[in-house]
Amino acid sequence: MRRRILLILLALFTVPLGAQTPAPLQVPYQQFKLANGLNVILHRDTSIPVVAVNMWYYVGSANEKPGRTGFAHLFEHLMFEGSKHVPEGRFDILLEGAGGDNNGSTSNDRTNYVIDVPSNALELALFLESDRMGYLLDTMTPQRVDGQRDVVKNERRQSYENRPYGMASIEIDKMLWPATHPYSWPTIGYMEDLTAASHSDVVEFFKKYYAPNNASLVVAGDIDFDRTRALVEKWFGEITRGTAVEPVAPPAAILTGVQKKTLTDKVTLPRLYLAWLTPRFYAPGDAALDVTSSVLAGGKNSRLYKRLVYDMQIAQDVSAYQQSGALGSQFQIVATARTGHTAAELLKVIDEELDRLRREGPQPREVQRAINQMEASFYQRMERVGSFGGKADQLNAYAFAGGGPDYFAEDLARYTSLSPSDIQSASVRWLPVDRRVEVVVEPEEKK
Amino acid sequence: MTLGSRLSALGLTVACVLLFAIVLAAQSAPDRSKPPSLGPVPQLKLPAIQKRALSNGVPVWVIEAHEVPLVQVTLVLKSGSSDDPADKYGLASLTAAMLDEGAGSRSALEIADEIDFLGADLGTSSSFDASAVRLGVPVARLSQALSVMADVALRPTFPDAELERVRQERLTDLLQARDDAATVAPMAFARQLFGPSHRYGTGAIGTATTIKGLTTSDLKSFHAAAYQPANATLIVVGDLTADSVMPQLEKQFGSWRAGSTAPGHTTVPMAPQPAQRQIVLVDMPGAEQSQVRIGWVGVPRSAPDYFPLQVLNTILGGSFTSRLNQNLRETHGYSYGASSRFDMRLSAGPFFAGAGVQTDKTAEALREFFNELTAIGKPIPADELTKAKNYVAFGFPSNFETIGDFSAQIEQQIVYGLPDSYYADYVKNIQAVTAEAVAKTAATYIQPQRFLVVVVGDRKAIEPGIRALNLGMVRTMSVQEALGE
Repeated sequence: MRRRILLILLALFTVPLGAQTPAPLQVPYQQFKLANGLNVILHRDTSIPVVAVNMWYYVGSANEKPGRTGFAHLFEHLMFEGSKHVPEGRFDILLEGAGGDNNGSTSNDRTNYVIDVPSNALELALFLESDRMGYLLDTMTPQRVDGQRDVVKNERRQSYENRPYGMASIEIDKMLWPATHPYSWPTIGYMEDLTAASHSDVVEFFKKYYAPNNASLVVAGDIDFDRTRALVEKWFGEITRGTAVEPVAPPAAILTGVQKKTLTDKVTLPRLYLAWLTPRFYAPGDAALDVTSSVLAGGKNSRLYKRLVYDMQIAQDVSAYQQSGALGSQFQIVATARTGHTAAELLKVIDEELDRLRREGPQPREVQRAINQMEASFYQRMERVGSFGGKADQLNAYAFAGGGPDYFAEDLARYTSLSPSDIQSASVRWLPVDRRVEVVVEPEEKK
Repeated sequence: MTLGSRLSALGLTVACVLLFAIVLAAQSAPDRSKPPSLGPVPQLKLPAIQKRALSNGVPVWVIEAHEVPLVQVTLVLKSGSSDDPADKYGLASLTAAMLDEGAGSRSALEIADEIDFLGADLGTSSSFDASAVRLGVPVARLSQALSVMADVALRPTFPDAELERVRQERLTDLLQARDDAATVAPMAFARQLFGPSHRYGTGAIGTATTIKGLTTSDLKSFHAAAYQPANATLIVVGDLTADSVMPQLEKQFGSWRAGSTAPGHTTVPMAPQPAQRQIVLVDMPGAEQSQVRIGWVGVPRSAPDYFPLQVLNTILGGSFTSRLNQNLRETHGYSYGASSRFDMRLSAGPFFAGAGVQTDKTAEALREFFNELTAIGKPIPADELTKAKNYVAFGFPSNFETIGDFSAQIEQQIVYGLPDSYYADYVKNIQAVTAEAVAKTAATYIQPQRFLVVVVGDRKAIEPGIRALNLGMVRTMSVQEALGE
């Protein structure tokens, strides 16, 4: 059964129409390691004259200590504020002056930095990226920390406090994970912890986590392998290795019953959130839950969308997703009630559908539809070299997960090999009715 | 050197992945006293636009892009929300949204199932100036997906039950929009600037009143008038050749015939500029941030000073190092980010600067906005001008990375009638922008003493500070009043 699905899909994709493309789900790369421990991955793609410099540091909010939540992300902001040979403000000025863009992001598990430049500015990008790895603290001041603290607090206000339903995810994480588990606190951090962060925290954090042996660099795009390798050695080779970082050792996370909470917000319509603890990324069950999310809420014919939004029209929207992490994952179903309807009505229908899925499993066509969409999304991801989610970022993501940088085909095979019974088993095992978090956001009473 | 070796077992540590790594000796320190110099700027070599036509005259523009086995087919129609009749705002948008809710012999659910099963993506949408049906699909499945696309674009059935469902969805969208200051602010800004009787004063979706009034027969009339061969262009970007795709397009779109009347286009009039500065304070009690929009009527896409305007806006609020972002974010920390833009349409859309700023610094932030909007009228330092020009010019290739990016560029070319030489000349045109040209556009288009200021925030907390700035007349209103219903 599994093999058959795989073969059908391969047949569909191996009919080239005038194209001389090699097996497309392959990203050829070179990988080497500097003496200081920096992992380096090079990939050549000359479709446009652009180069992506993509750095992952293996530190995220999961590495934070209590009382300093949000620090990994605040630190990320400081990485753009200048280093010993790059005065404050010059990082962005130099890159924009070369026609480049840059950004960074922080998750529970890692922090990534992306620089996309025209290919003639590759060395500039490596100079800048290496200077903040080697020399960030030389010019770091309490004033810089204060400046970005204010920016990050406004990021939190914009994305959480002042966004409709924005506080729900923070509450859900608190309820899902034990208080000592690092996924229990938000990556953006608590306001009081952002206030408490100090210059000495920055020094300690940098020395502990921002060492070359705790990072991985991808250079991808219109590059020459030998020259790029020489440039990486030139700019990063001198940086001193740090002490090895101990892996995070989280406590076991188990839900033993149903945890319920009702929040209020300045919103018009009630919204229901259901959340379960699920297997970590790439573990058995992870891919099946991705497909389950599509069977439940991907497109008009998905089970929850069709009943709640299309047929009954008691919901404005419904979504489902598996949010995968290195230490564990969560599966969420979110639905917003139409005017005159309640979260309880939505919950009743969602539970009917989950029960049916657990009992009967999905139809083969539902699963195949989800897999086909997943497959197309893999090809779409191959189009872009830089930015978040482009090939450079994905090479680093796969390297981080442990399967090797070019894990594209294997990752896709996790999905194409799934059968309806795999989806049924995953829904039975991981989405039980009696062990989950239920959060309802109700409109505040009008004063 | 090692080529990638794949390890199939997961859960290995990163160290294990590096079994084949070559360990290199540390190098001597490089010279960091100044940034490395840049080599010659690479030239973007775009594949040619191959122009063909179907037997019924519909132009077909094909661009071959062979990196990934995907293709995007776009049918673009030169009619959009600007063509909505005065009492039927939202018609173009609702027509586009209803295209895939039943077409040919297919029901809404059948269309969705077929498209999803093919791993395709079929989008129908409209802007003020155009409507479009966009199909993205693995190239091997193009012919099946194309037949669904043609039904959706040419033969929508607009079933009553689906119309009522989508209508309720849209009314609920409008209701929910009021929860979010970041959504209310641009809506209120457009409404207060252009007014209720100018098309740009109301969002493409229309108002609750107009949405309630739209009928199946309205949709059919709009579709008959706008979705015609004479109003259409097909754009194909992807992993195929023009010769291979033309027969497929001919089969699906070649027998499409003109309607009884030629497609007509409404010219949206240039709205009058505000005579003097005024402030509209929209109350959202308890808001943690104030959403600010400041500006007036901008320019049409056809503005002769398009290139100086690109450079001007990049300096003012179009990039991370722009003055507004540096001031409000980096210097003062009032905001997560500030920006500005000229929303260019066939007629003059809005120009606005904006940000979400913390409630207790709202007045201070407004003062800084006006400091920057005033300072941009002074001569721009040469290095700042060069940086902005380089950012826009040298960043141009990234607009062509994906087939979706490329298609979007071609759509703009068609809708706004840009010449074929546009892409080849772009970098040259940006580089030719002079300090004088930027100064002239700043003087013409940035006149802060006449700007409309809309602030959506906690009135009780921010009104005294705003009034104390003495920027001009302050009017306060509810969200409902600001949006007109």
